Amino acid sequence: MDIHFAGENALILYLGQETSPETAARVQAACLAIEAALAGDLIDLVPSYASVLVIYDPLRTDHMSVGHRMREALASTGPAVDVQGRTVVLPVYYGAEVAADLDALAERASLSAQDVVDLHSGTEYRVYAIGFAPGFAYLGQVDERIAAPRLATPRQKVPRGAVAIADRQTAVYPAVSPGGWNLIGRCPTRMFDPAATPTMPVAVGDRVRFEAISRDRFLALGGDLT
Amino acid sequence: MSLEVIQPGVLSLLQDRGRFGQHRIGLTTGGPLDPEAFFWCNRLLENDPACTTVEVSFGGGHFRCLADTFICVTGAGMPLTINGEEKPLWAVHRVTQGDEIRLDFAEQGCRSYLGVADGFTIEPSFGSTSTVVREKLGGLHGDKLQPGDVLPCARASGRKHYYLPPERQPRYQAMTTVRVIPGYQQAHFSRIQQRRFFSHAYTVSDRCDRMGYRLEGPAIRCDIDGILSEGICFGAIQIPADGQPIVLLNDRQTIGGYPKIGSALSLDAARLSQLRPGDTVHFAPISPHGAHNALHLAHSATRRPPLLEQPN
Repeated sequence: MDIHFAGENALILYLGQETSPETAARVQAACLAIEAALAGDLIDLVPSYASVLVIYDPLRTDHMSVGHRMREALASTGPAVDVQGRTVVLPVYYGAEVAADLDALAERASLSAQDVVDLHSGTEYRVYAIGFAPGFAYLGQVDERIAAPRLATPRQKVPRGAVAIADRQTAVYPAVSPGGWNLIGRCPTRMFDPAATPTMPVAVGDRVRFEAISRDRFLALGGDLT
Repeated sequence: MSLEVIQPGVLSLLQDRGRFGQHRIGLTTGGPLDPEAFFWCNRLLENDPACTTVEVSFGGGHFRCLADTFICVTGAGMPLTINGEEKPLWAVHRVTQGDEIRLDFAEQGCRSYLGVADGFTIEPSFGSTSTVVREKLGGLHGDKLQPGDVLPCARASGRKHYYLPPERQPRYQAMTTVRVIPGYQQAHFSRIQQRRFFSHAYTVSDRCDRMGYRLEGPAIRCDIDGILSEGICFGAIQIPADGQPIVLLNDRQTIGGYPKIGSALSLDAARLSQLRPGDTVHFAPISPHGAHNALHLAHSATRRPPLLEQPN
């Protein structure tokens, strides 16, 4: 079991070296086991692609006790069963007016724009991590044929709802922000809404499918073209 | 009942202890950069330790009282005046409606905490009033204080004039030593690189803010360029490709893909955040046992001693 010190009140558990559905399943199972084992001593957990950062209250417990309880909890969880997260469908309008990088991406891949859309919306993704900004969910893996490097010069302003690809990851920008991912569409679903319950439509471990929709449908769902 | 912001100064932010337990939706913690000064502000005012204060960075704040209450300013040496009359920091002062409170630019350190009896009454978001500008969360409107903002607070009577004697006040200097718990990708930094990191002085760069303090000095090389993005704890010290360390603080991103050599002890990160560009930082290793003991000792050292009352 690969547990490292992270900080004065944090340990980090490593569960693999690369992004894969199997590793993601182990991350999910580890989170549940650690939450149950640490209960009130836990301040926060940060699951990611192949690791779980465990932050505890150093005035209530210590690194030895936390490490011990993590090992015990993980040893008794047995082989990771894939916790079946929900499947969330996110509608996407892939029209050229909201897909600034779609043609360039298609050209690089020697595909038509429609092929890119079909490949993007024909794959089921998993939420591997949430971070970078509130509600920013990293979804993987994008079909190898449409994987694309980040832009050489990031945009100053990516609109809220922009659907984008970077390497083999895809995401929906939860808010206006700078960004260097390739924009291929726009999603009308709010990915982060402080006033809503839940705040986010997805959580780490959930599956996500994108569904191509028309411009009219996009507008009807409250999408914003600006 | 409130305090009106006439001039917020360079950067003034409402802060409580911070926003915890929300990393899984990507929210950072925020909270006071100098929790020690923040703690004393509330303790001297006999407040709950989580009460909301204003964190004033660098100084230049001007506030008007719209209530009879008590205030206290702790932290960096920003000259405090009430109606033009100089008043000590680290002490509780009575203020009445119409009084003008000014905080001049700091002579030592750069963060101070302005508190009122019972704290400012701010609606929490995600369990905290802490302002994180990057996330547009907390405070009055997810932003730094603006001229004309009104900070609600309760009318208060009957606070003791507690103060912290000078010999117990922290000294903010232009140089500090940050103890580091080795961890994360430490094994990917060779012995020579680790020795370089722990034996040279680093300078605070112009790029230092609530997200992190970027330092300049001998470049540290790591065996690996990047890692799969993983959770970043408070104080984590990232070493990007240019080899210049970044100590990640309260408003840090929750995950990231740069290698990290370890994490700063929070007690020392508090002193680091009182430094300005050009100031000097040394790093020293500390074991996890040592860090645990240091936290407990600091906890009891700030909470146990009885408070002293100013003879009035």
